[in-house]
Amino acid sequence: MLLIDCPWCGERAETEFSYGGEAGITRPKDPAALSDAEWADYLFMRNNPKGAHRELWNHSQGCRRWFGIERDTLTYRIAGTFRLHGKDEG
Amino acid sequence: MARQTNRLGSGGRIDRSRPLRFRFNGRDYGGYEGDTLASALLANGVRLVNRSFKLHRPRGIIGCGAEEPNAILQLGSGAGTLPNQRATQVSLYDGLEARSTRGWPSLRFDASSVNDLFGRVFSAGFYYKTFMFPQRWWDYYEAFIRRSAGLGVAPDRPDPDRYEHRNAHCDVLVVGAGPAGLMAALAAARSGARVILADQQREPGGSLVGSDLPIGGRPADEWIAAVVDELREFDDVRVLTHSIVFGYHDHNFVTIAQECGGDMRERLWRVRARQVVLAQGAFERPLAFCNNDRPGVMLASAVSAYIKRYAVCPGRRAVVFTNNDSAYQCALDLAHAGATVGALVDSRGSVSSELTDRVEAVGIPVLHGHIVTDVRGRLSVGGVRVARWNGDTDARADNSIDIRCDLLAVSGGWNPAVHLHSQAGGAIAWDERRHCFVPAESRQANRSAGSGNGRWSLADCLRDGRDAGVAAARSCGFDAAEPELPVVEERDETPLQPLWRVPAARDPDSCPKQFLDFQNDTCVADVRLAVREGYRNVEHVKRYTALGFGTDQGKLGNITGMAVLAETLGAPVASVGTTTFRPPFTPVSFGVCAGEGVGELYDPVRKTAIHEWHVSAGAAFENVGQWHRPWYFPRAGEDLNSAVARECLATRRSIGILDASTLGKIDVQGRDAVAFLERIYPHKVGRMAVGRCAYGLMLGEDGMVMDDGVMTRLGDRRYYLTTTTGGAARVLAWLESWLQTEWPDLEVYLTSLTDQLSTISVAGPNSRRLLEKLGCSIDLSREQFPFMSMRQADLAGLPVQLFRVSFSGELAFEINVDSAHALALWQTLMDAGREFEITPYGTETMHVLRAEKGFVIVGQDTDGSVTPIDLGLERMLAKDKDFLGKRSLARPDCVREGRKQLVGLLSADGRTVLREGAQLIEEPGAAHPVPMIGHVTSSYMSDCLGHPIALALVAGGRSRHGETIHASLGAGSIATVTIVPPVFYDPQNERQHD
Repeated sequence: MLLIDCPWCGERAETEFSYGGEAGITRPKDPAALSDAEWADYLFMRNNPKGAHRELWNHSQGCRRWFGIERDTLTYRIAGTFRLHGKDEG
Repeated sequence: MARQTNRLGSGGRIDRSRPLRFRFNGRDYGGYEGDTLASALLANGVRLVNRSFKLHRPRGIIGCGAEEPNAILQLGSGAGTLPNQRATQVSLYDGLEARSTRGWPSLRFDASSVNDLFGRVFSAGFYYKTFMFPQRWWDYYEAFIRRSAGLGVAPDRPDPDRYEHRNAHCDVLVVGAGPAGLMAALAAARSGARVILADQQREPGGSLVGSDLPIGGRPADEWIAAVVDELREFDDVRVLTHSIVFGYHDHNFVTIAQECGGDMRERLWRVRARQVVLAQGAFERPLAFCNNDRPGVMLASAVSAYIKRYAVCPGRRAVVFTNNDSAYQCALDLAHAGATVGALVDSRGSVSSELTDRVEAVGIPVLHGHIVTDVRGRLSVGGVRVARWNGDTDARADNSIDIRCDLLAVSGGWNPAVHLHSQAGGAIAWDERRHCFVPAESRQANRSAGSGNGRWSLADCLRDGRDAGVAAARSCGFDAAEPELPVVEERDETPLQPLWRVPAARDPDSCPKQFLDFQNDTCVADVRLAVREGYRNVEHVKRYTALGFGTDQGKLGNITGMAVLAETLGAPVASVGTTTFRPPFTPVSFGVCAGEGVGELYDPVRKTAIHEWHVSAGAAFENVGQWHRPWYFPRAGEDLNSAVARECLATRRSIGILDASTLGKIDVQGRDAVAFLERIYPHKVGRMAVGRCAYGLMLGEDGMVMDDGVMTRLGDRRYYLTTTTGGAARVLAWLESWLQTEWPDLEVYLTSLTDQLSTISVAGPNSRRLLEKLGCSIDLSREQFPFMSMRQADLAGLPVQLFRVSFSGELAFEINVDSAHALALWQTLMDAGREFEITPYGTETMHVLRAEKGFVIVGQDTDGSVTPIDLGLERMLAKDKDFLGKRSLARPDCVREGRKQLVGLLSADGRTVLREGAQLIEEPGAAHPVPMIGHVTSSYMSDCLGHPIALALVAGGRSRHGETIHASLGAGSIATVTIVPPVFYDPQNERQHD
């Protein structure tokens, strides 16, 4: 069970969190302008690296904030957690 | 009661002042507090404890711990019975009952032991070769296999015992309290670190328990006691005995099963450790000679342990067979216990004279350069055949020497217990010098020490443990000093001679069986056969021969088996590798996994504020997620169908009342509330006037319907949303995720009101009259308070929100009230409604009423592959704005012909109620495979309409109204149905608008 360092609450057990998939997927500004293939790429396609992976997690049983984690998918080692852009940055 | 014939007159760590009685296979025996079931059986001279799994060969106790493959017994009876218990790890208690799991009609005479005579039939891959054909016989095969195999029977009633879970944190967790573990714990504790020391034995000390080896100038027992006493002095040190560390999970999360005794049977420790020291020791390995499974063949270290810890000498005339130094101590222990040691047989040609002298000094003949090749006796060891050997594994043994004995103590060297290190992701490596797998690079914050790290001598173990403890404490930031090492006797070591398969008088494929895995009856010849049949990879050979598949997971024989595989392949052991080590290290009970989380504590139960009224009204309940909701309110003599029929008709004719408090409720406010909801919802949110309600669909970004509910505009920048009961938490999280990750520039605040507010739905043509009768502060007329609008009001003196929304198709009011007042308001409504014969209804009637109107339930009529267009709701999709999921609705798959669409179904006979989930087909009797064109999603008897109704998803269904298709009723029965529009009742919506 992972030990995750929530940027707001500190270290907590994995059971308090939920996984949100790959970080850095930005919703297209104008979806209607995208081809089917481009939209499908945004909607379905995700990286599945062996090694470093930046991903979203939510402290769903705690502060309910979303944040990012860089985790090694092979060793599960967490290199660090980071706050997302916007008003939480600081 | 039998006499404890093998119990020594003195010594051991048992408490002779506390005698215990127990039963084994129907006979009474005696033992002492401190015994294990195994030591007590051996004390009583019980040799034969079980029959083997496949060949039903007689088996006895071979080990003294987790490695035991044979003495796996059934404990107790009835609800508290425990299968699959290793006698070597079961603490003896008064009144314990145990029995063998195999052997019919009796353990001594087992009819299935004929399997052994036909052993060649039961070779590697036996299951695959024998039970495959013909396929239609599989049911018979399975029943036969299940009856003849198995390691006991599961209890058929709830477990009466109690279990608990406990969380703990520490700086340094030390696994194993042998010499290395004790030194590691001491070093870490003295540095100030929080330490947990866990050991599976009854008392700390590991291999030293009961030993008279001098450590630091005093007997080992005294040294152990001094260390443990010092450890217990520290506030932040916890010493856990009877505690097996069975799982090493991610990020140093370690699980420990502790045997408690008393009314708490077991405790699960969930430990998060900053550093872990693995000092769990090594397993002695057997040697593969003919008939090496006869009762009375035991591991040398186990023989020593029984003598020293339990004062039990398992035999009178012993032979010791070894390829390394460690078994010499066993020979000395046997002699000290009064047994005659007929010979110490050492495969090595020469051994340090110091060691040999010590054994010969007590009168034990030492045969260097000899091997034990075969064992005489069937139910028990009667003697051994010994041959001269020059180290050539391909040689044929001459068996020139025959030694009578009743005990054979065997040592084939040691395998470090790398299990936890490997579970933690660490690499293991073959050590060419020590001839064993040792822990290599760690992946997590752990280090191995002692014999688990390939250190054999006591001095090395103490040093290795201390160094690991110091290093672990320093890694946690403690300024750890190195404790002084106690002085121990150092001896010359003669290296182990690698020996796995012992040469026999005949060739290895036809000689008597040489067992590798005792639990699965896997022999040397099986591994050799697997190789001949083309298996090379260790994982394949494991599965083909079942090597290491038992509940002991091959702790005894796996490495030996892999070495035999390597020899057969002509490859080095290192290149063959091992199979994967996975948790649990030893079998753990379901009880300890569940802990307190059984029965009422299995899952939290959510009840509405009105729950107690429902209970007193005799409601039948159903679980909706964690909610307990009234399902229906049966009157005397009513079943589900008749109660629901009455509830439906009462609602349609006068008034029904529903506790809808479980609806998800979300308050949305903030500067950008409109902009945010416009992006979420398909309809035009900003166009809604304050005080108006709208049905809202929520789509996933894939365009599929995710949830639905009613949205109400409370102000310029404030909305109130309802969600489905099951979707409440998910929808809130979904909305939050968009705000936090994608649109952090929007200023919007989301608050769950699900528990703060209760919702009472009053539905039916008389519902307005009821509210007017109660005294309502606002005009409830159709003109002043139209359908799909909301008003703040005082009702019966309570502040409420009134919504003119309807999930039944009737004139209806949903009343939101502070949950503190909900029960009072409900009671007031019930009292005032008596003149209208107000009828409480539950979820079943709610479902029927909405289905009559064709209102879908997300998750029942949809399944994650249904778009709003499939539901016929395209009018809700705004054309001139973007919203989540919109682009996906234009994907080719979403606009193709022939998508499944929502329709109604009527049974042609007007009577048959279809099955929900039933497959729909065009024509019965079509050629197989019959194309499925859809399925029934909702189906009820409508007493209001006088016939059954159903909703379904049918390919291209909306253009097929009026056509006839067929529905499976199961068991080959087929119903003819007609496709109709999915609204059965009041299609003009006149009643709900009233």
